[in-house]
Amino acid sequence: MTNAELTKETVAGTAESAEKARIGAPSAEAQAASNVRRIAGMNEEGEQLSEINPVSSPLGGAAAKSHSHGAGAGIPDSSRAGRLTSYNAADFAPITGREEDWRFTPLKRLRGLDKVALDGAAPGLSIQKPDAVRVETVDRCDARIGSAGIPDDRVSAAAWGAFTEATVITVPADFAGTAEDHVTTVTLTGAGEAPAASHLFVHAQANSAAVVVLDHRGSAVVSENVEILVEDGAQLTVVSIQDWADGAVHASSQQMKIGRDAKLKHVVVNLGGDLVRINPSARFSGPGGDVEMYGLYFADAGQHFEQRIFVDHAVPNCKSRVTYKGALQGKNAHSVWVGDVLIRKEAEGTDTYEMNRNLILTQGARADSVPNLEIETGLILGAGHASATGRFDDEQLFYLQARGIPEDVARRLVVRGFLNEIIQQIKVPALEERLRDAVERELKAGAL
Amino acid sequence: MSTLEIKDLHVSIDTEQGNKPILKGVSLAINSGETHAIMGPNGSGKSTLASTIAGHPRYKVDSGSITLDGEDVLAMSVDKRARAGLFLAMQYPVEIPGVTVTNFLRTAKTAIDGEAPRLRTWTKDVKAAMAQLRIEPEFASRNVNEGFSGGEKKRHEILQLELFKPKFAILDETDSGLDVDALKVVSEGVMRANEDGTMGTLLITHYTRILRYIKPDFVHVFVDGSIAEQGGPELADRLEAEGYDRFLPAAAQA
Repeated sequence: MTNAELTKETVAGTAESAEKARIGAPSAEAQAASNVRRIAGMNEEGEQLSEINPVSSPLGGAAAKSHSHGAGAGIPDSSRAGRLTSYNAADFAPITGREEDWRFTPLKRLRGLDKVALDGAAPGLSIQKPDAVRVETVDRCDARIGSAGIPDDRVSAAAWGAFTEATVITVPADFAGTAEDHVTTVTLTGAGEAPAASHLFVHAQANSAAVVVLDHRGSAVVSENVEILVEDGAQLTVVSIQDWADGAVHASSQQMKIGRDAKLKHVVVNLGGDLVRINPSARFSGPGGDVEMYGLYFADAGQHFEQRIFVDHAVPNCKSRVTYKGALQGKNAHSVWVGDVLIRKEAEGTDTYEMNRNLILTQGARADSVPNLEIETGLILGAGHASATGRFDDEQLFYLQARGIPEDVARRLVVRGFLNEIIQQIKVPALEERLRDAVERELKAGAL
Repeated sequence: MSTLEIKDLHVSIDTEQGNKPILKGVSLAINSGETHAIMGPNGSGKSTLASTIAGHPRYKVDSGSITLDGEDVLAMSVDKRARAGLFLAMQYPVEIPGVTVTNFLRTAKTAIDGEAPRLRTWTKDVKAAMAQLRIEPEFASRNVNEGFSGGEKKRHEILQLELFKPKFAILDETDSGLDVDALKVVSEGVMRANEDGTMGTLLITHYTRILRYIKPDFVHVFVDGSIAEQGGPELADRLEAEGYDRFLPAAAQA
């Protein structure tokens, strides 16, 4: 392959920015490089430029299902936290594609998920679990529903309005089950192509430790809400794998609430489907909370994989790390990564870093990467982000080839290596093995 | 007995200011067992020669030939050159994130030999070679060159040299950036690789100090893309005493 063929076609977000904002105002350079223009003029105390949803919303405390909040006053979309939240889909205007939230999504390919009536059959569930973990099917009036999440877009709200029963997975207090044979695996198999709604609630009670895998397969057009409640002192890993059949359309709002001194590791793996849009949002309900969010995606020709992350630091002394890596190959393979981190005025002592890396393997693929950092207090430990989108490096290829390794083998070695950084975080050997095989299959199927 | 022969080699690179000739007619023949030192000031084209032999795509061969036992090296892909027995120890080894040293070494060895090495002896060989180069065992599970210091990168290059056993080794400023101890360790590694006296070595260096450890049979002085002077090891001694000044144009000396 010549150099010319390796040239990436359209790549957004190529700027490498890895600076950290320290106590005091960030440097002008950091602001310019990090796409945080809206905090220009911020002083040491921080400055609130638009009205944002208060911490005492349903996300901060008790659920109030009829409640909704207005969009941020002043400049629309100026703050991620100013976005409308409501359990009622009718509160959201029909999607035009001009919204910040939807500007990258090919709406025509949503196949009706934004049309509110989601009356298709929900994906069927089969569950493997240790005895101590409880699985219940509950109706929508169950008190837990809504205690960890509230829709913040129309597609999520449509699913909230349409689901008839939810599945609640409860890890009992003090349960310690992170060993491989203690993993709870929920396999969700698509039930057809009529637009459907699905609702899951993962509840880690105080001081428990567990791993829960949500494995999406088959063919579906589904909008899903996943609530993840991690109570004080609990350690939970949730892995959401999207390994759908080719035509599948999947929107998933995964809202997490992390208690005092609790830790959540959240892993998103996007491999299959026509359009997959995962929105993980993390909020803290007590100090000392820690969230690690990982993502891996491998987009092939024509696939649209979108992931929009939101970490809302509203509590002092919490920590967040976001690390997403993706490979793209083939014509019109498209990935979108938007990482929004908000450090509210009261969230002193916050330590946050988010990172997205994309590796473009062929011409015609596109990766959009948009890190956003809003900081309303200077009294933090650290806040930084990095985004880089590159093509497979000629110098890496030369080095490997100069050691006798043929070009195709060299490419595989590098892509495997690139994505392995995420895979090895999962710590469930069988799952890691499956993902390595999946990456291998993608590479073989690709134009490499 | 093998011969690596370079004949009247002209090489250029494309820059933003247009095409720039670097090598302007270089001829050189290296036989198995011989050690040739190429010395010269910065920018004289020493590293260009090394990279061109290995087949780096940045360098364009305008005329001349490189052959290995009569086979046209310039017609071979980069990986084929390596499999034919050419090894370039790089001046600036690149990081390969996510690929561990163990995985990399085994993959390369398999590619070069055309078959996977026998696991048990291979693991033993790797461990022994690492110990001799004073590379800590935990490097095996680290990613290639990632977070390595300058000296660690160079030792990792020589580790490969010892394990892959090429016919010809081209060492591109392997000595630069090494302290005295590291230089000694690396030099010993190069000499071990040529223990049976069958490896040809092209040692590219700016300084003479590595030649205290690795004795060259021939010394070639590169100036402005061609060989300005050739001689035996005594030429290196003279360069150490006098530097490159006498080869440079008068203007540069002023």
